Amino acid sequence: MLEVKDLTVEVGGKELLKNVNLKVEKGYTNVILGPNGAGKSALLMTLMGFSGYKIVSGQILFKGEDITHMSIDERATRGIGIMTQRPPNMTGVKLKNLVKLIAGDRDMEHTAESLDMMRFMERDINVGFSGGEIKRSELLQLAAQRPCIYLFDEPESGVDLMSIDIIGNTINNLVHGDTCPGDRKGHGKSALIITHTGQILDYIEADRAYVLCNGTIMCEGNPREMLQEIKENGYEECITCKLKKA
Amino acid sequence: MQTEESLKKRAEAALQKEAAYGEKFDLDEYAIAPKETKYTDNLKELDEKSQRTLLNVGVIPSGEGRGGSLVMVDNAISHSSVSDKEIELMPLHFAMQKHDWLKDYSWNLVPVDADKYTATSYLENANGYFIRAPKGVKTKLPIQTCLLMGSKDVSQTVHNIVIVEENARLDVITGCSTGSDVDKAMHLGISEMYVKKGGTLNFTMIHNWAEQIGVRPRTVIHLEEGATFINNYVTLKAVKSIQSYPTAHLTGKGAFARFNTIAVGHPGSELDLGSRVIFDAPNTKAELVSRTITTGGTVIARGEMIGNEVQSKGHLECHGLVLNNKGTQRAIPILEANVDDIELTHEAAVGRIAREQVEYLMARGLSEEEAVGMIVRGFLDVGISGIPDELQKDIDETIAQIGKSAM
Repeated sequence: MLEVKDLTVEVGGKELLKNVNLKVEKGYTNVILGPNGAGKSALLMTLMGFSGYKIVSGQILFKGEDITHMSIDERATRGIGIMTQRPPNMTGVKLKNLVKLIAGDRDMEHTAESLDMMRFMERDINVGFSGGEIKRSELLQLAAQRPCIYLFDEPESGVDLMSIDIIGNTINNLVHGDTCPGDRKGHGKSALIITHTGQILDYIEADRAYVLCNGTIMCEGNPREMLQEIKENGYEECITCKLKKA
Repeated sequence: MQTEESLKKRAEAALQKEAAYGEKFDLDEYAIAPKETKYTDNLKELDEKSQRTLLNVGVIPSGEGRGGSLVMVDNAISHSSVSDKEIELMPLHFAMQKHDWLKDYSWNLVPVDADKYTATSYLENANGYFIRAPKGVKTKLPIQTCLLMGSKDVSQTVHNIVIVEENARLDVITGCSTGSDVDKAMHLGISEMYVKKGGTLNFTMIHNWAEQIGVRPRTVIHLEEGATFINNYVTLKAVKSIQSYPTAHLTGKGAFARFNTIAVGHPGSELDLGSRVIFDAPNTKAELVSRTITTGGTVIARGEMIGNEVQSKGHLECHGLVLNNKGTQRAIPILEANVDDIELTHEAAVGRIAREQVEYLMARGLSEEEAVGMIVRGFLDVGISGIPDELQKDIDETIAQIGKSAM
């Protein structure tokens, strides 16, 4: 589905990602773990094609097609959807209008209700929204968009306890739907999720974890095992481990 | 009381007096617009092109959903009809003959010698519309009026008086436009509006001029205790120059005024648009909201609030988008407090559309052009009601064009 090859990215002349390699196969949910400032967000922003993230070298392939230099909307229409950490205030743009435009003929009212967003439909997107409201609004838009791969940047951060359940369950629903675990791989939708705390893994089954430190992938493995390891030993251990391997 | 004699003298003395703001026009280059025109009983009988001209400034030819209609072409009234029998709507000249008391309202708020445009309008004995909502009458349907420029190289002089009596409510939609073969002309428009105790006037003006038209409206609104005045001003099409600075005097306790200005400055256009509120009574309030865009023209958004009485509160908001490198946006907010217990605030911002906003929408699959269009539409949406579908369509098309020009 998505393949990143030797990706090196600069932001404002500073190298934030260096020779990153990762894969998200069809039906896979992969997570990226890593300390603050590791370049996790930069990676997702680059995958979506946002300006300011300069690809110095490497390649991004989506469904076998090279999308390295494609515009954001071309990527979106090909099936990539993103929830960023801090979306901008969209003064004047009503949530209802955007959702309607993205969803086309489909009725999104049920989804809006389940996300408790009905009373925000007439509001300007993100303006005066709380952390949880922003995430729920993003999920509603993603539900309208129906991408093939979801990119989530710390979906649990800045969210109140009430919202975390709704958000976690909605993400699981969007990505895995009611596909049973055996069927999921090879059939369902894909996701790449950045998580700092791993809290989101209480809601969604993940297949592979990557650890990103200092702009480089340190290692990959079983998400729960790696999360446990990091909780016990911290990210320093990953760096030491990588050095040892080298 | 001002006598005709003294007014005439003052006007004559001001014939060369330039306006404080805006491009200087030489009125000698323009003949006085014809004072006669063909009278139309039914606006539906006008040819399709004329009907479209009316629709594009919010005036519905069938009169459906409207309490009355008045159309002025050049300096002559071409149609006047009223279906809401509780409301008075007629040509001003006719009303002056009918109501002797009206002379006290005429040239009472706008000084004849404010500048050469007011002076000329006075000396030409400008006609226009007279609308009055009697005491306690609340209109359900808006009154629509249209000021149309039908001849070229002329100056149209208009004088309107609107009176909302105690506890009455009146909605007015005025559309101003130009005949398709008129390229160069001047529009001088005097409007004096009175909103008495507890009354409400909801006034929407849509301008749809042409590239070589100069426009000099002069408007003053007088509000008594508990009165409300809402002004919506929309100009999205190319024009040579508009300079206006309507002023609301809040003279009674609890009076409220709101000015919404929505304007697009096209290449070659100069829009000098202001609104001014003078707080002359305690506990009065005002909001001035200006949303302007330049696609290559000059837009000057002025706003002025002068606080002379306590417990008054005013907020001024000027937001200007610059969509390319050829245009200019200038925001000039002025706040003046002459008493201590008063709160006047402003926020002003000019610049381009934030890139991150455009990209946010693109990440949802919108093209760059669609994204800019959506942001522009939202930017200009300050919630004006009563806009007919045709005008809304026209606004949408204009916005789509603006979206393209921002690329």
